[in-house]
Amino acid sequence: MAEPLLSVEDLKVHFFTRDGVVRAVDGVDFAVNRGETLGIVGESGSGKTVSSLALLRLVPPPARTVGGRVVFEGTDLLTLPTKALGTIRGRRIAMVFQNPATSLNPIYSIGSQLGEILLWHEPITRAEAEARVISLLTLVGITDPAARLRQYPHELSGGMKQRVGIARALLCNPSLVLADEPTTALDVTIQAQILDLLADLRRRLGMAMVLVTHDMGVVARMADRITVMYAGRVCETADAATIFRAPQHPYTRALLDSMPRIDHRYTGGARQVLPTIPGRPPNLLDPPAGCRFHPRCPDAIADCRRILPLETEIAPGHTVSCIRRGSQGIAA
Amino acid sequence: MTEALLEVRNLSKHYPVLKRGILLQRKAAEIRAVDDVSFSIQPGETLGLVGESGCGKTTTARAILNLVTPSAGSVRFAGQDIVPVFRGSDRRAQLAIRRSLQYVFQDPYLSLNPRWTIGETLREPLRVHLADQQSAWQARIDTLLEMVGLEPHHAWRYPHEFSGGQRQRVGVARALAVEPRLLILDEPVSSLDISVRAQILNLLVELQDRLGLTYLYISHDLSSVRFISTHVAVMYLGKLVEIAPVDTLFATPGHHYTRALLSAIPVPDPGAASTRIALQGEVPSAMNRPPGCPFHPRCAAALPVCSREEPPLTAFGPGHRLACHNPA
Ligand SMILES: Nc1ncnc2c1ncn2[C@@H]1O[C@H](COP(=O)(O)OP(=O)(O)OP(=O)(O)O)[C@@H](O)[C@H]1O
Ligand SMILES: Nc1ncnc2c1ncn2[C@@H]1O[C@H](COP(=O)(O)OP(=O)(O)OP(=O)(O)O)[C@@H](O)[C@H]1O
Ligand code: SF4
Ligand SMILES: [Mg+2]
Ligand SMILES: [Mg+2]
Repeated sequence: MAEPLLSVEDLKVHFFTRDGVVRAVDGVDFAVNRGETLGIVGESGSGKTVSSLALLRLVPPPARTVGGRVVFEGTDLLTLPTKALGTIRGRRIAMVFQNPATSLNPIYSIGSQLGEILLWHEPITRAEAEARVISLLTLVGITDPAARLRQYPHELSGGMKQRVGIARALLCNPSLVLADEPTTALDVTIQAQILDLLADLRRRLGMAMVLVTHDMGVVARMADRITVMYAGRVCETADAATIFRAPQHPYTRALLDSMPRIDHRYTGGARQVLPTIPGRPPNLLDPPAGCRFHPRCPDAIADCRRILPLETEIAPGHTVSCIRRGSQGIAA
Repeated sequence: MTEALLEVRNLSKHYPVLKRGILLQRKAAEIRAVDDVSFSIQPGETLGLVGESGCGKTTTARAILNLVTPSAGSVRFAGQDIVPVFRGSDRRAQLAIRRSLQYVFQDPYLSLNPRWTIGETLREPLRVHLADQQSAWQARIDTLLEMVGLEPHHAWRYPHEFSGGQRQRVGVARALAVEPRLLILDEPVSSLDISVRAQILNLLVELQDRLGLTYLYISHDLSSVRFISTHVAVMYLGKLVEIAPVDTLFATPGHHYTRALLSAIPVPDPGAASTRIALQGEVPSAMNRPPGCPFHPRCAAALPVCSREEPPLTAFGPGHRLACHNPA
């Protein structure tokens, strides 16, 4: 098999806070092949954003990447000199941030902040940069782009800011886009248009993508493979159809079971209750020993409290970390 | 019929924009973010508000709360026109309204004070509105955190120490702190995983049943709209184009925009065939709204009249109103 475009191995990002060490990302592995879309889903607070920031060395203090490798086209980004990283970041690998409101600079107009990125990376004139920015804003469904260029972030709606963030990531035709919840603030018709655009860029330019989302409809449509995270670790990775039709890890199953159904009538008679996963997410200052999911897991046995399950291939291309599904583990 | 808790009449909010052309001449244009919108919500009901990104949902909410001054129209809350109250200087009356009319902001990043711990953020509404019950504050804060699935120790943390979804839950907890009568929720669950999302939605429904709360629920997540709403309103380019009881809207949508919207919901099943009604044409601009029906350039059922005359919102069925010359 060909080398993956990006491979993340045993990534560890810890926050050194006054209360102790928050092990937000604690041994995460995944890989993205050329032209492929990898979906990352998982619990809120499970480390999806922190992992993606860590790939580009953008984790804010008090966090530090304390271990692992991030190999992009053969080079480890974690040990690359800052200057060399600067030519990759924003150009070869671009990021769509989860919070468009804070990733856009409030004191610059939309046009000048996007234009600057192009002028920094590419040998082009101001007018060419402006034309490219306008064409990208049009592609992400911003109308009257020439007038919108002169507006400031606070004058745009939530979804417009998000689309500006997507346009910014696509400016330099990156070979990999890390998209953190890129369509949460969009209605489904504009979302469909953005997903079409991303699918088209992938087809035409072979762009690969890591797509972090809570929207199961979006991953089902976009992802070739899916990685599921819980409490700073990966539970399961497989192709999309397997995750949806034959999930193995108990957390993946519980997550899929709590999906609300659009074809469901909820009113009339007694109000229904949506299914949820019982219990609470672990405190990452002091995560449970053994499997981090064991306190909430319907399948847990005594060993789950003691043995840390490792990602193990149970079928070709399907890895799971659960000792009840045959994963290997290390005893505490 | 009981009196509506919230009654919005002919509400408008227009923003000026400066267009600069090639010769640097300035021409003032206008964004009609919200244009002549009317609806009401009965006590104990939930109105879901949906529509295209940028169609004016957040601006409607902000105008109701007087966080932006409405350009025109009235907002009656519990029988009282609150626009003049906010124009006036009676702080006490304004405070009383603010207490019973709470807002969960679309953007949890901007709405939390970065210099306050979560505990301080939750204490603030208690300090303002329940000043005489200081001894009960701490217990209340613990309960609020627990309700939204956070831990008591989170009270000591700052917003930047939280993930996107965790911050969103703090926003919900803050709005619930003083038990409002009407809660306006702008995308309250968009950054949450489906299990936590279900937990918050269940909580909202339970509070509604227990305390008779009334909600205006703004969201792009149509399955949660379907779950929580009793009625749904659809906006398009600043206009209210359809409003109906929830089951009517999902079963027999009348406006062609609503139909396209419902057909575009992505199905959580890889390989599922798409039944999406692809919208033709460009998304029109709020700066340059088309004449007649704002949707006509993209509508497959448009008649000649649609580009000339703006269709009024008229009755279409029981509780169902619609602005379309050629409804489905
Ligand atoms: N500055 C900080 N100090 C301590 N802990 C932090 C800090 N920043 C983040 N964390 C913790 O790191 C964990 C991972 O956060 P991350 O933002 O990666 O979650 P996520 O999976 O992206 O969640 P969401 O889906 O809600 O966006 C969370 O549990 C969060 O509480
Ligand atoms: N302060 C402002 N100045 C100028 N224009 C504004 C301002 N606030 C909002 N607008 C414009 O008003 C329109 C409606 O914005 P609004 O935020 O209400 O949309 P929305 O329906 O909430 O969209 P979304 O679903 O993307 O959040 C947009 O065209 C936006 O650019
Ligand atoms: S290892 Fe045990 S606790 Fe963890 S998911 Fe599997 S069965 Fe559940
Ligand atoms: Mg995140
Ligand atoms: Mg909005």
